[in-house]
Amino acid sequence: MGSNRTVGFFDGLKYRGGGPMIAWMLHRITGIGILVFVSLHVIASFFMQQTGSDIATSMNIIYESWIFQILMAFFVIFHALNGLRVAIQDLWPQSQMYQREALWLEWLVIAPIFGLTAVFLVQRGLGG
Amino acid sequence: MNTRTVQPGFSLEYSMWIFTRLSGLGMIALATIGMAGAFLMGARTQLDLATIMRWTFFPNPNHVVNSNIPDVTLGWATAFWQIMQMLIVILGVTHGFNGLRVVVEDYTGQNAWRPFFRGLIFLLWIFVLIVAIYVILAS
Repeated sequence: MGSNRTVGFFDGLKYRGGGPMIAWMLHRITGIGILVFVSLHVIASFFMQQTGSDIATSMNIIYESWIFQILMAFFVIFHALNGLRVAIQDLWPQSQMYQREALWLEWLVIAPIFGLTAVFLVQRGLGG
Repeated sequence: MNTRTVQPGFSLEYSMWIFTRLSGLGMIALATIGMAGAFLMGARTQLDLATIMRWTFFPNPNHVVNSNIPDVTLGWATAFWQIMQMLIVILGVTHGFNGLRVVVEDYTGQNAWRPFFRGLIFLLWIFVLIVAIYVILAS
């Protein structure tokens, strides 16, 4: 927490952490993305409910677009399943010996769930 | 490698570490219950992703109004689902803003900005929580 790091951003990118590092980065990015979306969505739904304002309506139109939905589906599915893996491995530390195997299993679970969702969303988005 | 001194006992970091894991698992459980509730109430056709996400994470009568359950207020406008919504909102918003605090403190480090960001995140947390609970109670 809050160490006095001397590693710059671009040096950090050269660090070859492999799969676990990618999962860690994606977990942060998706977490911040979900937080921003949920906070804006809560505030927009407040204005929608209380005043029916145009700004809230235009925000809701953005969320309903299929491109946004594909992105948010990935964010939610990845964050939930990666978080499940992290929670299981943290609460049962012996399993961290098999972190890479757990990551492969995680991606194997994510691939069909997100893949099917994305296929249907693209079909709907392009087919109307 | 410096040796690290480990503080025994209870601290904010430790309790939030535990909370993040438990609330994450709890939200997965709540989402499963929300989705199961929607299917039990007859939502089986014409599902789109937004509808599933709404049932899963925030089963509120106003929120699921576009879905094809004939009368959304019948099954969902009960104290049980209001409590479920509040639980998922409290767990989710707290989990999220604590995560933001961890990320921000990872990049700002230990300096004078830390209490400033901590206070700002605390205020945003309280604000979003109050607005979300107001939306639940007013719908």
